[in-house]
Amino acid sequence: MPVTETKAFEPKIVAFCCNWCSYAGADLAGSNRSEYPSNIKIVRVPCSCRVNPMFILKAFQRGADGVIICGCHPGDCHYSTGNYFTRRRMALLFSMLNYLGVEKGRTRVEWVSASEGGRFSETMNDFASTIEKLGPNHRLEDLRCKQK
Amino acid sequence: MQTEMIKRAKELLADGTVKRVAGWRSGDFQYELSPSIFTDAEDLEKNFQYSELAASNMSKYMIKESRKEGKVLIFLKPCDTYSFQQLLNEHRILRENVMIIGVACDGNLDIVAAKKRFGEGLLSLKSEGDTITATTIYGEELTAPRQELLLERCVNCKSKKHVVFDELIGEEGVEVETTHRFDKVDELDAMSEDQRFGFWQNELSRCIRCNACRDICPACSCENCVFDNPESGFSNKGAAVQMDNDMFHIIRAFHVAGRCTDCGECSRVCPEHIPLHLLNRKFIKDYDGLYGEFQAGSGEQETHPLTKFNMEDLNPTEALNRGDEE
Repeated sequence: MPVTETKAFEPKIVAFCCNWCSYAGADLAGSNRSEYPSNIKIVRVPCSCRVNPMFILKAFQRGADGVIICGCHPGDCHYSTGNYFTRRRMALLFSMLNYLGVEKGRTRVEWVSASEGGRFSETMNDFASTIEKLGPNHRLEDLRCKQK
Repeated sequence: MQTEMIKRAKELLADGTVKRVAGWRSGDFQYELSPSIFTDAEDLEKNFQYSELAASNMSKYMIKESRKEGKVLIFLKPCDTYSFQQLLNEHRILRENVMIIGVACDGNLDIVAAKKRFGEGLLSLKSEGDTITATTIYGEELTAPRQELLLERCVNCKSKKHVVFDELIGEEGVEVETTHRFDKVDELDAMSEDQRFGFWQNELSRCIRCNACRDICPACSCENCVFDNPESGFSNKGAAVQMDNDMFHIIRAFHVAGRCTDCGECSRVCPEHIPLHLLNRKFIKDYDGLYGEFQAGSGEQETHPLTKFNMEDLNPTEALNRGDEE
């Protein structure tokens, strides 16, 4: 009798973390042994405003089910004002993605500082469970990039 | 209007004020006027055309024309002046090399709608008062109300007042109230995600990636475009998968967000009749609602909503969900 294995859905998540706060926050989460899902892939960026809308779309194209951008809290940006621009840009981009029919929860911006290791793992756990509920990303997928 | 324009252009050419005139030339069909540069009076007299069929916005040509030798004369309709002003704000046009004559506009005709309405074999379109008379190759004379054949951007005309000009032909226009501009966007916003997804897949899947929307857009004027860069991954032509189209259109609209004057040229030139202005308008509606009303090109502006910020701006998720709580 053939054994059919049904795999539970494991979301692939890309997290863009700013070098100065969130990346250090992720580091602290690791040092503190706080758990967060292993299928979150962190991409380090110099500032959250370095994230170009194309990065997000490309992540989705290459098979991500969710994209989260983490930056310093407003007012704490290493470059003074970078994250304020991220905030406006991403507000418009997320709204546009939703306008084209992409589910609301798939993209998110969160502020995590270097001292908030706990908050980092909390945020990631929360985001991963949201994506798990939403299921695989079919609306922005590229079949050429699918692995069987 | 047309004779006055030709007369003034000839005067300016004769006294050496301008060396070239940018205007509309009669095309292969009576109803297809193409943008063109005129250099001599004879050509102007013979081929210069201006009517409600002269829809193209020629501001973008001035980026290159203003860098050539001698002055260039351009005729701008009120909505074209917004694009021109926006390009001036971005320091893309050398203002001293361009002479602008503002011409009044009472709305442009939508050739696609006319072809649909009158069927095949359209020969010419003529407007008298509130009716459009069309002749066909079969010798028929058909009429339709003018209002039904106007371009979408003209139905929702944003202003009849010129923002920037040196001279005016005819009287100065007045600003008009636009109330139905966001109707379609609101309608889409009210739909469910699935319906919206269906609507946009239906529209965007027709895209043939001809890049006409990018080429015509007066705001889209980078010399090196991401869509021409083979390394970018977006430079392919006919889309292999739907994601390519979606990505192209999101990026195209995003790149002009805050600088788009809502001139509607993208939708007008689309050979597949995709309502591309709805993407741009969504951005306009969003930043109007979130960061205060803003009309690109309505005056000398140094910033636009995406190049400034407030301490109190909403976080993206809050901004996205702001309608849900009410």
